[in-house]
Amino acid sequence: MKSLHEINGEYNCFNTIQEYKEKTEGALKGVKISVKDCICVKGMESTAGSAILKGYRPLFNATAVQKLLDEGAVIIGKTAQDAFGFGSFSINTGKGFKQPLNPIDKTRVTGGSSGGSACITKLADFSHIALAESTGGSIACPASYCGVIGLTPTYGRVSRYGLIDYANSLDKIGVMAKTVIECAKALEIIAGKDKKDQTTADAPVEKYTSFPGKGVKGIRIGIIKESIQDGVDKDVKEKFLKTAEFLKSKGAIVEEVTLPVTFKHALPVYYIIAMSEASTNLAKYCGMRYGRDEKIEGSFNEYFAKVRSKCFDDETKRRIMLGTFARMSGFRDAYYIKSAKIRTLIINEYKNLFKKYDVLISPSMPNTAPKTEEVKKLTPIQNYMMDILTVGPNLAGLPHISVPVGAGLPTGFMIIADHFDEGIMLQVAYEI
Amino acid sequence: MKIDKQLVREIAKTARIELNDDEIAKFEKEMNNILEAFSKICAVKTDNVEMSIHPIKLGSALREDRKEKCLTQEEALSLTNNKKEGYFTGPRAV
Repeated sequence: MKSLHEINGEYNCFNTIQEYKEKTEGALKGVKISVKDCICVKGMESTAGSAILKGYRPLFNATAVQKLLDEGAVIIGKTAQDAFGFGSFSINTGKGFKQPLNPIDKTRVTGGSSGGSACITKLADFSHIALAESTGGSIACPASYCGVIGLTPTYGRVSRYGLIDYANSLDKIGVMAKTVIECAKALEIIAGKDKKDQTTADAPVEKYTSFPGKGVKGIRIGIIKESIQDGVDKDVKEKFLKTAEFLKSKGAIVEEVTLPVTFKHALPVYYIIAMSEASTNLAKYCGMRYGRDEKIEGSFNEYFAKVRSKCFDDETKRRIMLGTFARMSGFRDAYYIKSAKIRTLIINEYKNLFKKYDVLISPSMPNTAPKTEEVKKLTPIQNYMMDILTVGPNLAGLPHISVPVGAGLPTGFMIIADHFDEGIMLQVAYEI
Repeated sequence: MKIDKQLVREIAKTARIELNDDEIAKFEKEMNNILEAFSKICAVKTDNVEMSIHPIKLGSALREDRKEKCLTQEEALSLTNNKKEGYFTGPRAV
């Protein structure tokens, strides 16, 4: 059995390896938990993968972390990610951080931004659950590329208290594991209202572990037509359709559905909203109070600009610049306000389908994990286009789960449910 | 909408990010490419459509106005080297 340090030496899945526990008994006794670097663990360096937070050791635990610790879980470290979650491949790691490598083929990317989480989930030969986070697909994408299960809950289902934020209206803490049952068990523990996060929902937390095993007979499933059209790899499409056929053979009612507005506009709408929120969130990083600091000299603006320019990587600067632009007087109506309105149309489009269907399905990603060298040749806009299948449910705040299907390089089968309907989503996922 | 070098400089100043001439040229090109791809949203009809600031309906964010436990002064100051006599030190304001 390899040690975590040996695994990390080979795959770079951790930014920090450190053990921490508070209780020895509970529902998660003996379960090891890796925590994405953007989620705070008391006394453990938490950088969100960015040099500007180097040295930051939080004075508190994120609510999700605390709930896992209260059940006897053992934290084993902080996992690698794109800085602040700004990426789809985990190659946009911050200055001084290493890129995590795909556990099946080290020349390929893990997917992002929770790349380290997916990598260690695949490699762990011990009882393990990863606490990860998704803003626009950062759980489904790496879960798909690394061949593990990745669950993103409804927006507001899990407290964001202690999450180093990317985009407040989109960020969701979720989990990755090797089995659906482990995901259900972890969600059951971390879900719920938290007075420390006013955006958590009052909706009751169901017993998610009771859903797997109920079968899919009579479950109404909608195949999203646009998700298997142009731009989706033949291999991905074949495995996806074969799995849909399997669910039908088990008694599910499977029909084709369409999401025209979502597939035409969700990508730009997502990026405009996410970058706008990110540019305000990241305004607080200025080399004072916590994280990286420098010798204080010059005026406020000179000092802030010096620290930020030195520590932020290129993609972080790009997203701050674009987000700042989208919110500037004169451009705000055309970009940010327009996007927030189209977001309503996208949410309504999904909600209309959920009047007739229990879950919607699509591939998680249009391809298998590409090689790192191929990804490095992509322009920023080509990079962003890769999120076409995941931005819709993330913009609409819908729960979704990626389940690996077929042999060979992993591909993900994504199940999307209505707000707070994680139970039925887990029920379908278990049958695959 | 076309972004030129002057606008890139203005955005960078607002965002407190220093860019050299090469970076300004790079961002000018990239931002124009990205915004060109994003501009198709302008054609979507959104008359009488409300904005969605969050994807779900949220209740009141207000709480009772009373003192709650927070970090002590020592704890708050423990994460930085830039401090003096119980206070944070920072760059000059004027």
